[in-house]
This record gives sequence, structure tokens and C-alpha cells, in this order.
Amino acid sequence: MGARGETWLWILQRATAAVLAGAVLVHLATLVYAVRQGLSAAAILARTEGNLAWLGFYLLFATAAALHAGIGLRTVLREATPWRGPSLDGAVLLLAVAIAAAGWRAAFGLFA
Amino acid sequence: MTATLHVSVWRGGAAGRLVAYDVPAQESQTVLDVVTYIQRHLEPALSYRFACRVGMCGSCAMTVNGVPRWTCRTHVRRVASGGRLELRPLENMPVIKDLAVDMSNFFGKWSRAHGAFAPMAGLGEEFAKVAPDSPERQAASAGIECIGCGVCYAACDVVRWNDAFLGPAALNRAWTLVNDCRDGDGAARLRAVAGDAGCHACHSQQSCALHCPKQLDPTAAIAGLKRATAKAALWGKL
Repeated sequence: MGARGETWLWILQRATAAVLAGAVLVHLATLVYAVRQGLSAAAILARTEGNLAWLGFYLLFATAAALHAGIGLRTVLREATPWRGPSLDGAVLLLAVAIAAAGWRAAFGLFA
Repeated sequence: MTATLHVSVWRGGAAGRLVAYDVPAQESQTVLDVVTYIQRHLEPALSYRFACRVGMCGSCAMTVNGVPRWTCRTHVRRVASGGRLELRPLENMPVIKDLAVDMSNFFGKWSRAHGAFAPMAGLGEEFAKVAPDSPERQAASAGIECIGCGVCYAACDVVRWNDAFLGPAALNRAWTLVNDCRDGDGAARLRAVAGDAGCHACHSQQSCALHCPKQLDPTAAIAGLKRATAKAALWGKL
């Protein structure tokens, strides 16, 4: 990957980190709230089903996490192992797609 | 201070060994004085580099008790605990012999980072007016006093595990030129310093800034390059 591609990956990594910083806080606060209030699965689903705001939030969260993990893992592997080139890029892309797909599936599961 | 310094010096190439010498301790003695004493009185075949002896030329850097330093401006009393000194060649560069390392890759990376000034204006044009207090001039001034000693390069962990990484000194040099309004290399230099071998590989651990004998801050210069390359990429100019 050339200078332009690497720079865009760096920008994406920083941008997704900024998204995750906020999203993780919201996610944790929601978890603590649900546990403290003793919300049942049904009560949680009642709040999220048909709620576009929660759907949008978790789609964004899952996408940011997938991109951040993929780019970060690529960097770690390039530093710690001799693995480089298209095979590594393809492997982490596949991982990112898998994380995103799992996240999106969960988000749509809460929505519909 | 003890009357005698116990000095271990690296002898040989990459597969060498430490050899012990006893050197008389003196007032205001620098580490370079110690090395010179050994070569003139104890071991004439000892190889090391120096030239100016006053912290200008950047040729006498070595690893002193585990830390990369310029030896001509390092007083023995500041670094020799219990009258003991261990002198090794700089890290991250191939050892030629004893305390002399091969710096060709280090300086080759300055060229790869487009470290040469590329004039924008043609002959006969007006002089460029550079306001001394402009942010660009200030940013260039902050990094311009590099003497190319290689201490930052020897201290950098990213250089250690990524052989292609251009290193703090070359990137610091590139940043001073990015801020030079007379320079015409622009996007080509930014392309040269972006990516895995360039500024984006830096982890901002700041060993370079910690050890730089001129108290420069290459980490800040590299952060500047990250901003400049990101801006260029966003505007489609990279």
C-alpha cells in the first residue's frame, strides 16, 4: 500500500478511535443502567425495537470497532511479525468484515 | 570521585567483547577525554570518531553506561556511577569496529525523506520574506539545530524493530523543510515521509526527545508530519 493508502488508514484509525471513545462510554453507561434497574431481556427489547436512534448508534459503534480492530491488528502484525503485503491486508479486511457483520447482526436483532 | 576510572570498552565488530581499562580520573573530564586517553596510552588500535570536541559536529556519539550520548559534552562525573564506565557503539547501526558504527543507512534515510532543500523560486527572483515570528518559521527553528549525531536513531525502538523506518532525525529534517516557504518539494516530500516507513510508524514514545543532546523534539516534528500528511490526503494533494 502506498503513502496515500497508509495515510488514509491512519486517518480512519484516529477517526474511529474518537468515535469509540464516546461510544464505549454510552455502551458502558447503558449496561450499568440496565443491570442496576434490573431490566429483563424483554424490557430491553421493548426499548430498542423500532428505535432508529439505538440502531444507528450500534451500527456506527460496530462499524468503528471493526475498522479500528482491523487497522490496529494490521499494524501490530506488521511490527511483530514478518507478515506483510496483500495477504495480510486481505486477512485483516476479512476480520473487519466479520466483526462488522456480527455487530450489525446484533444491532438489527435488537431493532427488529 | 575515585582516582581511577574502571572503563569497559567494546572491542571488535558485531561479535566483539568488552575489554577493561583503568584510566586516571581528572577534573572536568569528558567521556571523549577518557576514550582518547585509552587510544593514546593504552590501546592505539582503538577505533572511534570525533572531530570538533565542542558539540557541533555530531560525530562522537556512543552508548555510555547503556544510554546514547554525545561524549564530548558528557562529563564523566555526571554518568560514571562508582567510577565505572561502559562504552559501546551506538545501537541500531552496524558496528564497523570498536566504537565506530556505519552511519550510511542513517544518512541514506535523510535522502529518502527528501531531506535536501529544493528551491522553489528561480534565479533572479525576489528574496523570500520569512517573518521570524510566523508559525512556520517557529516550527522550522525548533528543529533546525540538529547535528546529525544519531543519538535519537540509536534510542528509537521503532527503528529497532522496523528496519525501513526513516527515524527521528530524517523526519525532523523533513518537517523543517515542510515549514520552509521557499521549498518547492511539497507533496513529493509528504509522500516520502508517509506510511509504514515514515511518520505513521512512530509510536510517540519520545526516546528521541529524551536523549537528543540538542534538546530537540523529533516526536513533535513527526506529529507535525502526521498532521500535514493527513491534511494533504483529505484535500486530495498527497
